Amino acid sequence: MKPALALGAVLSGAALAAAVLSLVWTPYDITQLAIAQKLQPPSLAHWAGTDHFGRDIASMLMAGARTSLAVALVAVGIGMGVGVPLGLSAAALRGSWVDEAIMRGNDLIFAFPSLVIAILITAVFGPSATNAIIAIGIFNIPVFARVSRAGALSLWTLDYIRAARVAGKGRARISAEHILPNIANLLIVQGTIQFSLGILAEAGLSYVGLGAQPPTASWGRMLAEAQTMVTLAPHVALAPGLAIVATVLGLNLLGDGLRDALDPRLRGRMA
Amino acid sequence: MVRYILKRLITLAASLALASVVIFALIEVTPGDPASFMLGLNAAPETVAALRDQLGLNEALPLRYLQWVGGMLQGDFGLSYTYKVPVADLVADRLEISAPLALIALALSTALALPAGLWAASRRGRAGDALVMGATQLGIAVPNFWFAMLLVLVFAIKWQLFPAGGFPGWSDPLAALRALTLPALALALPQAAILARVLRSALIETLGQDYIRTARAKGLSRGAALTRHALRNALIPVLTILGMQFSFLLAGAIIIENVFYIPGLGRLIFQAITQRDLIVVESVVMILVFAVIAVTFLTDLAYALVDPRLRRPA
Repeated sequence: MKPALALGAVLSGAALAAAVLSLVWTPYDITQLAIAQKLQPPSLAHWAGTDHFGRDIASMLMAGARTSLAVALVAVGIGMGVGVPLGLSAAALRGSWVDEAIMRGNDLIFAFPSLVIAILITAVFGPSATNAIIAIGIFNIPVFARVSRAGALSLWTLDYIRAARVAGKGRARISAEHILPNIANLLIVQGTIQFSLGILAEAGLSYVGLGAQPPTASWGRMLAEAQTMVTLAPHVALAPGLAIVATVLGLNLLGDGLRDALDPRLRGRMA
Repeated sequence: MVRYILKRLITLAASLALASVVIFALIEVTPGDPASFMLGLNAAPETVAALRDQLGLNEALPLRYLQWVGGMLQGDFGLSYTYKVPVADLVADRLEISAPLALIALALSTALALPAGLWAASRRGRAGDALVMGATQLGIAVPNFWFAMLLVLVFAIKWQLFPAGGFPGWSDPLAALRALTLPALALALPQAAILARVLRSALIETLGQDYIRTARAKGLSRGAALTRHALRNALIPVLTILGMQFSFLLAGAIIIENVFYIPGLGRLIFQAITQRDLIVVESVVMILVFAVIAVTFLTDLAYALVDPRLRRPA
């Protein structure tokens, strides 16, 4: 395994482990306020320090990992769940009005500045993690539709697909049984990239107050709260930012590494 | 070429029309009546009804949509519910800050990305390349609003070189530029990282072409072949990315303006959202979407001008 891929796997694995662990255990209860302990620098008892309410920042980072990963994961799920069938249909019916309609619809969503529309959606339907998921998920749909269509189109010209056609299999069945498994690699790589973009988007939305709401812990909101205290206690602003950077960097390295590992043509080349 | 432009213009118009319907519909389903919001909780029902009438909120939906679009086409974006001034004036005021901010960020990102990408490509596979690539991976992973906070911490609070926020107005251009430096830098960094990566891979792809080999065989040095021949051809994908980045810069500016308390379009949207000034939200979002679609159109056009292969249907 290449070092970059290994680093990516370790960083993303750490975020995932923290998120899963936070379901059953965090060092401190993050719903308990201890004002007497507020804004303490990192120490043995609180290894990432405490915030302005005296809450343990390490515990909040763990709970925040859960929010970030869950939002990004469901948003990727929406993108894949809707986008892949659309892309496969477009490829199966290449050149038809269905293909045209799906691809033009894609272009339209692409034309929108995604964050602006995400802000609009959360502003209209109220700020919440669910609305953040929907807003981020919608913009994943055209990405997956495009990737799966492009991947499927090249497969449709291959002999074994023609053989399946001659054997009497329908287009939908071929798409599900032969095309989908063969574009799985592409989807995994794109999924990793969209996952990391989703984490950045969630952090941004929560930072401006349009994502996860209290008492749900969120890295973006921790940063927003830290902003006014950055001169008093810089550690409050450093920890959540580092958590975001480490997770996004890990996922990007993982995505790049997987792309190289899964695509034999790229093996041994420096991409 | 004319056919290509016509086709693209039709797509452009269709995108804008659809965008306007989506934005109008979204705003329409927003809970909360602007009239009762403006008058407060204790307003008499008759007063609210009268204001609704005055704002034109009682007309049929399709009619109101047509009035909104028709007005915009003539540069009339309506009156802000809260400020009671034309939305067009509000937007124009804010654009005086947001547009220069986006342009400075674009210039900064290009200024950072060009040398970095060139240097990495010329040192492909060596330590310098790995260094630049590592730095760009980091640049992509850093959320720009967090980077902005770090910049404030170091350059505004510790060294006091730049203001931590606010905007003094353009009457003192030097102070204004100083106020925009940190926000522009925060916006530019992630974009520069993406741009440097695109430039590097475009350059490496071009460097493998036969005409570069010919140029080298004729005795051109590596550096000369890179800057004189490869760079020009590699700039085509870079220009496309620059066009696309405009939309990220606009969206990113919304968050960054909030970090630095800069009274630009981004702050205007947020204030309008919290004050339920829906006509401002509607119009500003529409203007942003228009800007993005228009820039994408112009980029496509420039691309087709440079590369004739793109004019043919795929």
